[in-house]
Amino acid sequence: MTAASEPLLRVEGLQVHFPIRRGLFFDRTVGHVRAVDGVDLAIDRGTTYGLVGESGCGKSTLGRAVLRLVEPTAGRVVFDGTDVASLGGEPLRHMRRRMQMVFQDPLGSLDPRQDVESLLSEPLQAHGLGGGKAGIATRVRELLDAVGLPAAAMRRYPHEFSGGQRQRIGIARAISLEPDLLIADEPVSALDVSVQAQVVNLLEELQERLGLTYLVIAHDLAVVRHISDVVGVMYLGSLVEQAPADALYDEPLHPYTRALMSAVPVPDPVVEERRARILLAGDLPSPANPPSGCRFHTRCPWRQETRCDDEAPVLRELAPGHLVSCHWAEEIRDGVLRPKSAEEVAATQGVSVRATGADGGFEPDALLQGVDEPIERR
Amino acid sequence: MSIEAMPPEGALRSDVPVLEVEDLSVTFTRRGEQPTRAVDGVSFSVSAGETIGLVGESGCGKSVTSLAVMGLLPKRGVQVGGSVRLAGTELLGASDRTLRRLRGSEMAMVFQDPLSSLNPTVPIGTQVTEVLVEHREMGKREAATEATDLLDRVGIPDPARRLKEYPHQLSGGMRQRALIAMALACSPRLLIADEPTTALDVTIQAQILELLRELVVDSGTALVMITHDLGVVAGLCDRVHVMYAGKVIETADRYELFARPRQPYTGGLLASVPRLDAGRGVPLTPIRGSARDAIPWAEGCAFAPRCDNAQDDCLTEVAGSTVPLEYDGPGRELRCRHPLSYPQQTPAGATASGAGR
Repeated sequence: MTAASEPLLRVEGLQVHFPIRRGLFFDRTVGHVRAVDGVDLAIDRGTTYGLVGESGCGKSTLGRAVLRLVEPTAGRVVFDGTDVASLGGEPLRHMRRRMQMVFQDPLGSLDPRQDVESLLSEPLQAHGLGGGKAGIATRVRELLDAVGLPAAAMRRYPHEFSGGQRQRIGIARAISLEPDLLIADEPVSALDVSVQAQVVNLLEELQERLGLTYLVIAHDLAVVRHISDVVGVMYLGSLVEQAPADALYDEPLHPYTRALMSAVPVPDPVVEERRARILLAGDLPSPANPPSGCRFHTRCPWRQETRCDDEAPVLRELAPGHLVSCHWAEEIRDGVLRPKSAEEVAATQGVSVRATGADGGFEPDALLQGVDEPIERR
Repeated sequence: MSIEAMPPEGALRSDVPVLEVEDLSVTFTRRGEQPTRAVDGVSFSVSAGETIGLVGESGCGKSVTSLAVMGLLPKRGVQVGGSVRLAGTELLGASDRTLRRLRGSEMAMVFQDPLSSLNPTVPIGTQVTEVLVEHREMGKREAATEATDLLDRVGIPDPARRLKEYPHQLSGGMRQRALIAMALACSPRLLIADEPTTALDVTIQAQILELLRELVVDSGTALVMITHDLGVVAGLCDRVHVMYAGKVIETADRYELFARPRQPYTGGLLASVPRLDAGRGVPLTPIRGSARDAIPWAEGCAFAPRCDNAQDDCLTEVAGSTVPLEYDGPGRELRCRHPLSYPQQTPAGATASGAGR
């Protein structure tokens, strides 16, 4: 057992770049999609780290890179004192026993031709755990019990269950090896509303009982707020803000976080009509060609001339544990700067609001030109 | 180019609701099995510029309702009863040709699962332009320009390039937006959106909801919003119909519904959603079981097995009749024998006593 102060998982400068390949005869790399571009984070034992962001921001890739389901390009993933990136083969397989994943789509992640008993005993057999046939059978029953499924479920197949029950099977499978870290990638987004709450409660209950550490990746800010101790907000491959859940939701400092939170509908028509919405202009820029300076500047309602365009902000600690990467966080918090509307942002940014400008009027990038060319041909 | 032919009778009468659904029922029959009644006596109407919401969990019949309205259910093994009128024209039993003319131009639908509702072997562009060529009699080149505009309107970056791509090359959100573009192509009078934003990110969802809102206000499109997301309903729908196991169990205008849900199911749904504006650690109260635990309505209230308010007379054997959908105050209807009750409206007194002083 290492010192309690040492976080269970520490990610340092993690980068995952996917090459973009072109060419029929010559397989040349014309650029990289910077899915994850320099992320640092640490998760303490027994806590939950919530990672939010829009699709394409790299949050799932980050989760998979931690498990080395995708190879990181650079950076370190230190799990309980060991650098996961340096492991290979058998040691990696053993390390993975301690870090498990719950996937988004419970039907897609369970083999339709395996019954539940076989699904749950497979990880035990693969790692040589559970102590023989009888031991495994007992363990499977315990697991089903832990996730609130009847023992009769053993002989059934995934299609016979409802979405919520399938996700319970997925969770049972993930906890079957008694992992320390559970990475849950959108664990409830495929489920019905009334069932989401059951699964969220189950995850919380299991954490309490088994002392699990969670990395919850989700796009639903309400769910993340509910479950997390610390929340990190990702945009285009990097963290823009990280803070204890309450602090983040009480006072979001980064413009992107503010916009994100204002976009979440609240099930109350009175609140819905009152609350201020910050509509963002345009779409997520292409991670193959991220904007210069602050990556959010193309959509930011608070953008200030030149500095935001030229200088990449670093994560600064504005309050204890509250990290923000914005040049103007204090001014925005104190109301010195006023936001512009989405239309104004779009106007000042011209075509560059579009990530990969269709008309290509705004400093067309050589790389993307190359990508576009064959398609423009009639 | 001629303006597309409108349905002949009663086409432009504004007093007629765009869509009237009366006592719609859909029964799936299969040899050797009990018939399943997926939708049972559902009635609602939508006027131009109005948005109604059909809310419920998966399996409650909301999607089957929309398929029945669009006439998209298979002929074999399905019995559809009741009446569906689009601007006065009866759609149930209408000829395939009529339906074909109406679908896409007068009424359009955005489906739930964007990947399986797009043809994987055909580029997005062809699928979007198909509608334009078919209903607006556009030339190929013209249609392509229009398709680019449409994709741009729903927020797809670099639309000209996207037109040549196949569905698998787009992200889930983009696919859904392509579908919405296809539905908007002919500015239909009725748009049925079946979980249109479920697959999208919140910032994009906000954009799409804004787009739908604009569409309703500007062009007077009647919108039927099918969703399980109560937040979306709260912001968008004028009237809300909550469905459970094929029946409407509560109807109310959105302020009433969210302030005072009467059906325990509606109340349960509201209590089980984590709210962004609630503090951390406020426990969620899920509804017990899942939609599979519903009992047939003939045996009583379908929600009774999961309901905390359920009493003996919620079951037919005791009460003698199925729980009816009854008048429950102005603009409200309710199907429940033991609804949630709220103290009489005396706001000042209520807070004083509530504070326990």
